[in-house]
Amino acid sequence: MADVRLRNVRKSYGDTEVIHGVDCEIADGEFVVVVGPSGCGKSTLLRMVAGLEEITKGEIAIGGRVVNDIEPKDRDIAMVFQNYALYPHMSVFDNMAYGLKIRGVPRSEIEARVEKAANILQLKPLLERKPRQLSGGQRQRVAMGRAIVRDPQVFLFDEPLSNLDAKLRVQMRVEIKRLQQDLGTTSIYVTHDQVEAMTLADRLVVMNAGVAEQVGPPIEVYERPETVFVAGFIGSPAMNFLPAIATENGLSVGEARFRAAQRLEPGRNVTVGVRPEHLELDPASPTLRVRAELVEALGADTIVHGTLAGAPLLARLPGTQRVVAGDEVPLRCAPEHLHVFDGATGKRI
Amino acid sequence: MRRRVVFKQKLLPYLLLAPQVAITLVFFYWPAAQAVWYSTRREDPFGLRSQFVGLENFITVLEDPSYINSLTTTAIFSLAVAVLAIVPALLLAVMADRVVRAATVYKTILLSPYAVAPAIAGVLWLFLFAPGIGVVAYVLQFLGIDWNFVLRGEQAMLLVIIASAWKQISYNFLFFLAGLQSIPKSLIEAAAIDGAGEGRRFWDVVFPLLSPTTFFLLVVNVVYAFFDTFGIIHAVTQGGPAKATEILVYKVWYDGVMALDLGGSSAQSVILMGIVIALTAIQFRYVERKVHY
Repeated sequence: MADVRLRNVRKSYGDTEVIHGVDCEIADGEFVVVVGPSGCGKSTLLRMVAGLEEITKGEIAIGGRVVNDIEPKDRDIAMVFQNYALYPHMSVFDNMAYGLKIRGVPRSEIEARVEKAANILQLKPLLERKPRQLSGGQRQRVAMGRAIVRDPQVFLFDEPLSNLDAKLRVQMRVEIKRLQQDLGTTSIYVTHDQVEAMTLADRLVVMNAGVAEQVGPPIEVYERPETVFVAGFIGSPAMNFLPAIATENGLSVGEARFRAAQRLEPGRNVTVGVRPEHLELDPASPTLRVRAELVEALGADTIVHGTLAGAPLLARLPGTQRVVAGDEVPLRCAPEHLHVFDGATGKRI
Repeated sequence: MRRRVVFKQKLLPYLLLAPQVAITLVFFYWPAAQAVWYSTRREDPFGLRSQFVGLENFITVLEDPSYINSLTTTAIFSLAVAVLAIVPALLLAVMADRVVRAATVYKTILLSPYAVAPAIAGVLWLFLFAPGIGVVAYVLQFLGIDWNFVLRGEQAMLLVIIASAWKQISYNFLFFLAGLQSIPKSLIEAAAIDGAGEGRRFWDVVFPLLSPTTFFLLVVNVVYAFFDTFGIIHAVTQGGPAKATEILVYKVWYDGVMALDLGGSSAQSVILMGIVIALTAIQFRYVERKVHY
């Protein structure tokens, strides 16, 4: 077990810098999920921790040891790849045992460790098979098995579930979480799927265009997003953003007036963020009225699409609601659920 | 999706197939049938009459020590050519696979020998190694090696092997490079994280995944050494000295065209055909079983 420390980590290809200084301390045994849209540099960051990409600037330390110039094999890490990267010509047993064989672990111990991992992952009956004879979920488990038999200091996961179908993904997600809790191994997990990110992480790193925009526990990231990007990326359906102007006693969004939790100098241009699930029906004293343009009834929720001050607005109302397209819907939002961002920089105020 | 075409006329599909069938008939089945026909007959000295002799030509050929000698020569020659053409090609492909900048330039340079005709390649090597005028021969003499392939059989053999293998390296290189590029990078990375150094990564992961390619090339190269090296041998040694480099296909030509023993030569070419059919059959059965993924 070990902690992982990233200090001002940068990566450039030629003159193009793709990762612009990431700082992050990952505690021993912590499960950190790096989440972001494709091309944001999250996989590159993980590959730098693994030693598969050179670190242009900055420092990565595993267990207090700076690993910048250490080969992947000497970093004591294990990685699970998106395409599993199982050796196609080796049996499941040999796939899991390969790393141990190379390290000169005695045969009897290899067998014991592979058997233990196979028991945990329910791979016992498949040990003699070749990867091509396995289903996607089974291959995924073998890839995990290959990581855990080595008993490394850190697990690295590079979008391990994105090649699986939706149902299996949910199942494997739970298995990974349980496994990590049982083993207590420090883990870094890269994904673009925010549900995976929210459910798995002890702490989230939300990345955008080579910058870690916010680092924090999932609920904190959800409740207090630091930037417009993070606010829009985490949460589904995505947060509504409305252009607003600060007034003496609140915020004005077109015709609508909001009470704000904090005081801003009047006339300042800001962006107000409201999560669809924080808009409530309030026929008695509505803060805003929106004409429903489209209504999606999902059973558990009803999602109303409308427009406010030129920006699209979604409201996620609980249960089944008697709202049809064309209705005027009276809505309310509690001041503590308003997120106010600077109109120019997109930073939280 | 490709649609299946249904012809209205019965004749048209056969007409469309005809050119290909005609070429195969004229250039393969007809000569092959002729060879089988002649292998059972004996010609009179003037080529006016011939008589049926059954398998006598085959018995004569197989009992002839010079034929057995040629068979051994061919075995050594083709195996050496195959190995010498495959190993350096693999090495070059592994290195070319790593080149990032100007990769196309390297590939083109490495592929160019394949475009050289066998006889030209033979002459090229002949000039390099010719005792008296060759540059390499001069260096060898200077190093104290008694180089004279015109007189020494084993040196002549070495020279035709090198010349033949050199030409085939390009072809093998191309296949190995394609094979290497089809191996997912993440496999190599997984092995690196598992703790395998560069050597082990190659032998434990890359090489086994290349094994279907390697076997395919082994068979193709052996067949190449059997037939397509005629030009090189004819240009460099004419099968000599003292038949030291006379491989089967050269002997077929020599006995038939030079020595005018049509029956014996035909029997030899029928045997040769049998050998190659057997080799090809083995290849297909083996390769189909051996593909890993």
